[in-house]
Amino acid sequence: MKTTTELLAGSTHATENWNHVLEVAAREVFELMLGCKLTVPGTPPQDLREITAMVGLAGLLCGVLSIRCSLKSATIMASKMLGVTPEQVGKEMYDAFGEICNMVAGNFKNKIARLGNGCMLSVPTVITGEDYDLYPLADSEALELRLLFENMPLTISLQIHS
Amino acid sequence: MNSIRALIVDDSSVMRKIVERSLRQAGVEISAVLEAGNGAEALAVLAENKVDLILCDINMPVMDGLELVKQLAAVENAKGVPVVMITTEGSESHVVQALSAGARGYIRKPFTAEQVKEHVLPLLGVNA
Repeated sequence: MKTTTELLAGSTHATENWNHVLEVAAREVFELMLGCKLTVPGTPPQDLREITAMVGLAGLLCGVLSIRCSLKSATIMASKMLGVTPEQVGKEMYDAFGEICNMVAGNFKNKIARLGNGCMLSVPTVITGEDYDLYPLADSEALELRLLFENMPLTISLQIHS
Repeated sequence: MNSIRALIVDDSSVMRKIVERSLRQAGVEISAVLEAGNGAEALAVLAENKVDLILCDINMPVMDGLELVKQLAAVENAKGVPVVMITTEGSESHVVQALSAGARGYIRKPFTAEQVKEHVLPLLGVNA
């Protein structure tokens, strides 16, 4: 069974490739489930983290995939998923935001053929508030995407533990 | 197509709503939607209710979707009822396990209403 390090080392420019796979995975989730396109800004937008969703990966690929943005962004995401106005979104915002993170993580791992059945996902966790530090047991360079959702900053990060 | 009673099993209430909406968008006439947050809750629902279709996630607490599908064989109200998995788990192994256990369809998240239509309508005797 290959380790995460071997998986990463198994392809040329693995980090760039996986960044691309992560971006495609995220775009598909937003287009299919929310009906909107993520855009890539000319310069990286601010890293807003009023709300953070996290999904753990275990097995051949160990790490944490997180998505963070403003509460306003997360509310609009939930409204698009549910087909209601942002004003109608209540506590379901947390569930919706966690599910988005879950689907991005699942879609990402499904696109890495070598992972096969060897990578499991945790249930999502959602936290609010900016005043926190995350110390995952990651020892590889994090993949990070800075994108725009409805012209608002969205950061997707994959921290990998070898 | 007669209107159906559907059981939607997912630990996310948001996802249960989206699955229901996708069913309606696929043209399925629904007379009742029953919901469960995991496999054990689904078995409890099926102990007292008959349904025509079961849509089921895999990764859930308490009892996951694969275990639920295995146990459905012994549930009177689930006999002959088509089960379609809707899950983020996309590996071939999961697909094989689900279909071997008795699931009749497999949809990977993220999904579209069109995919629900393609997978579900034939199971209800309607051409997609």
